[in-house]
Amino acid sequence: MNEKKSDFVKFEQVDKSYDGKELVVKGLDLDISEGEFLTLLGPSGSGKTTTLMMLAGFETPTNGEIYFDGRPINNIPPHKRGIGMVFQNYALFPHLSVFENLAFPLKVRKIDKAEIEERINRTLKMVSLTGFENRMPAQLSGGQQQRVAVARALVFDPKLVLMDEPLGALDKNLRESMQYELKHIHESLGVTVVYVTHDQGEALTMSNRIAVFNDGKVQQLSGPNELYETPVNSFVASFIGENNTFTGTVTEIASGSAKIQTDSGDTIFANPIAVNSSGDKSRISLRPERVSIDPNEHLENQFTSVIREIIYHGDHTRVRVNLLGNDEFILKVPNASSDLDFNVGDKLDLGWSSHDCRALDY
Amino acid sequence: MTNGEIRTSDGELLSVKLKKVESRKRTGALVLVLPLLLFIIITYIFPIIQMLQRSVDNTQMNDLLNNTYQVIQNWDGTDFPPEEVVKTFYNDLKYLSENKLHGKIAVRLNYEKGGFSSLIKKTVRKLDSFDIDGNYLQQFKDVHKRWADQEYWLALKRATVPYHGRKYLASFDFKQDFDGSIVRIEEKKRINVTLWLRTIYVALGVTLCCLILAYPIAHLLSVLPTRYSNLLMICVLLPFWTSLLVRTSSWMVLLQTQGVLNDFLVFLGIVADENRLELMYNMTGTFIAMTQILLPFMVLPLYSVMKTISPSLMRAATSMGATPFHAFRKIYFPLTYAGISAGSILVFVLAIGYYITPALVGGAKGTLISNRIAYHMQSTLDWSYATAMATILLVGVLVVYYVYNRVVGIDNMRLG
Repeated sequence: MNEKKSDFVKFEQVDKSYDGKELVVKGLDLDISEGEFLTLLGPSGSGKTTTLMMLAGFETPTNGEIYFDGRPINNIPPHKRGIGMVFQNYALFPHLSVFENLAFPLKVRKIDKAEIEERINRTLKMVSLTGFENRMPAQLSGGQQQRVAVARALVFDPKLVLMDEPLGALDKNLRESMQYELKHIHESLGVTVVYVTHDQGEALTMSNRIAVFNDGKVQQLSGPNELYETPVNSFVASFIGENNTFTGTVTEIASGSAKIQTDSGDTIFANPIAVNSSGDKSRISLRPERVSIDPNEHLENQFTSVIREIIYHGDHTRVRVNLLGNDEFILKVPNASSDLDFNVGDKLDLGWSSHDCRALDY
Repeated sequence: MTNGEIRTSDGELLSVKLKKVESRKRTGALVLVLPLLLFIIITYIFPIIQMLQRSVDNTQMNDLLNNTYQVIQNWDGTDFPPEEVVKTFYNDLKYLSENKLHGKIAVRLNYEKGGFSSLIKKTVRKLDSFDIDGNYLQQFKDVHKRWADQEYWLALKRATVPYHGRKYLASFDFKQDFDGSIVRIEEKKRINVTLWLRTIYVALGVTLCCLILAYPIAHLLSVLPTRYSNLLMICVLLPFWTSLLVRTSSWMVLLQTQGVLNDFLVFLGIVADENRLELMYNMTGTFIAMTQILLPFMVLPLYSVMKTISPSLMRAATSMGATPFHAFRKIYFPLTYAGISAGSILVFVLAIGYYITPALVGGAKGTLISNRIAYHMQSTLDWSYATAMATILLVGVLVVYYVYNRVVGIDNMRLG
C-alpha cells in the first residue's frame, strides 16, 4: 500500500440549501484523510447530517464539489459510490434474517456463495454475533441490531463508512461499550469512518479528529484534546465540556497575556486567542477544573467568591459560586479529599493562571 | 404457601380472587358492547341464518300440501301412487281451491315440470265433480291425460321433500333428472356458470387494475410532506363522500357513445365520429366504473403499510450498491405484501358482490351474478333461488378469507 492520502475525501466550497432561502451548509471546505475516524459534531440543525447525506449521495450539493478518492462524485448515484453507511435507526431489512441482511450487499456484487458465507462469518465474528445468522431483526436487542447494522456496512469492504448517530437509540451503558467496540473495529480494519453525533462525549472518546459544526460551518477541526483544551471560539468552548464565562473589554494586550476589564469592573489576566487589540469585546472561557480553591502559590487571577449551591455528584461535588458578578460560576471539587466542609454562604478563595483562561470572540 | 397455594393478603386464594376481580371488568366490557352485539345479531346473523334456511327450505310448499307431504314420501316412486296418497292429495287440493291458494302450488310445481300450472288449474275447476267414493287416481286421469303420465306424480313427490338442494344445482346450471341423477340443463338455458365465471373474472380484473393504479398513489401519499399528502388523501377519499349512485350515473354521462369521453376523443381526432367507442353497457364500462369506485379500498391498506416503511431502508439498500430498481424489488416491494394482500382481498370481496354499478353501466354483457340474484329477488320472486346463489357467494367469500388468514394472517390487515 502506498501512503495514506490526506485528502481521501474532499469537500470544496460546498453549499447546500433545501428551500432556496437558507443555506444549511455554507462554503464547506473539509479534507478527510484515509483511515481516520472523523466526527462531525454539532447541535441539531447545524448541517452535520446534511454533510453526511451529501457524501453518501442522498442529497446533492447546491454548489461546490465533493471528491472521493480523487474522483468528483457529485454526479455519481449512491449505489455506485461504494460507501458503507450505518443509519440512525439501523435500517435493517425487517423481512430478512441477519444472514440475508449481510448477504444483500454481497449478492448485489455477484460474489459467489462460498465467499459470501465466509465473509459474513468473519464479519459477524468481528461484532461478536456468531450464531445469530438465522435470527430476524425483530428478535434482536437494540445493541445487537446496532452490531448487525455495523456489520452490514462493513461486510462488503467499503473504503469509507458513514455513521449517522448510530448509538443514539441505545441506553447509556450500552452506548459507552459500543463506543469502545466501534473504536476497536476502526483500529483493526483501518477503514475511514465519518461519524455524525451531537453527543460530545461520544465524539471525544472515539475520534481522531472532530469537526464542530454550527450554523452550517465548521467552527473548529482538530483532535479531541486540542478541541477541549484550546477551543478557538466561544461556541466551541461552550459546546464542548463545561465552561465558565465572563464578558469584558480588553484594556491592555501583550503577547501571551491580555488585561481585561470584566463587566463587573474587575481585572482579569487572560490568554488572548481571538482578540487583537485593546477595546475589543471578549468572552472569557475558563474550565471548572482549572480553578484552584485556596491556592497556595501565587496565580495571576485571585478572587474571593461566595458559595450559592452545593450539589453532590458521587465522584465529585459541584459548587456553584458567585464570582465577579457571575452567579453561575461552577467549581468541580473531587471527592477524594475528605476535608470538604463548606456551606452555602461561605466565602471561598479562588485562583487560576492566565494561560488557562482564554479570551475568545464575543 | 405451605402446600403451594398462593393467597392474597386477605387470605383468599389468588386464582379465585383474580378471577373475581377480572370478571367484574369483563362484565363491564360486555355491557358496553351489548347494544352492538344485539344489533349485529338481529340485523346480520339472523338474516343470514334465514337466508341459509330459505335456500334449502321447502316448508312453503309443504305447508300448503301438508297432508300430501306426510304420505307421499311413503310411495316408492314405482308405478303410480297408492290410492290413499291420491285421496289425500285430492283433499289438500280441495282445501286450497276453497281458500284460493292453489295458484301458489301451480307456480311451484311448474318449476318442477312444465305444464303443471295448467294441469292444476284444470283439475281445480273439476274438483267438485269428483265422486268421493270412487277411484281417485282414475278420476284424476279422467280430468286430464297428463295425470296418466307417471312423471307428473314423480314431480309432485320431488316438490314436497322437506329440504332440497335443487336451487344450488340450478345455480350452477345443473338439475336433478326424473330418475334423481344430476345432469346439466339444456345448453341454451345455461347462464349461471357464465355469470359466475364472469363475476370472478371481473372481480380479479378490477382487483388487478386497482392494485396497479393504487400502488404509486399510495407510495406518493406515504412519502409526500403532510400538507400535500393530506390534500391527496382527500382526493382519494372523495369518492367515499359521494353517493355511489351519483358516481355511477356520472360514469354513464362520461362513458356513453355521445358522452364526454367520446366527444373528447373525437375532438382530438383519435376516434372517427362515425365509430365512437362502445364504453358502456358492456364489460369495459363495468371495469372502468368499478375500478374507480373500489380504488380507495386498495389505496388505504397499501398506504397504511407503506407509511410504516422507513425511507432509510431504501437508502440503506442503495448505499450497499443496489440499483433503485433492485432495492425496490428486494426490499420495498416485499415489505408491502401485507398491504397488497389486504387491499386485494377487500377489493375482490367487494367486487364479487357488486350490484349497482354493473346493473347501471354493465348492460347485458356486463351483468354479474349479483344482478342475477336481484333479478330472482325482484322479478321472478324465486327467493330460494336467489338465496341459494347468495349463499354460494357468501361461502366463496368465506373461503377467500380463510385462505387469506392462513397465508397472510387477518391481523395484518390495516386500514390506516
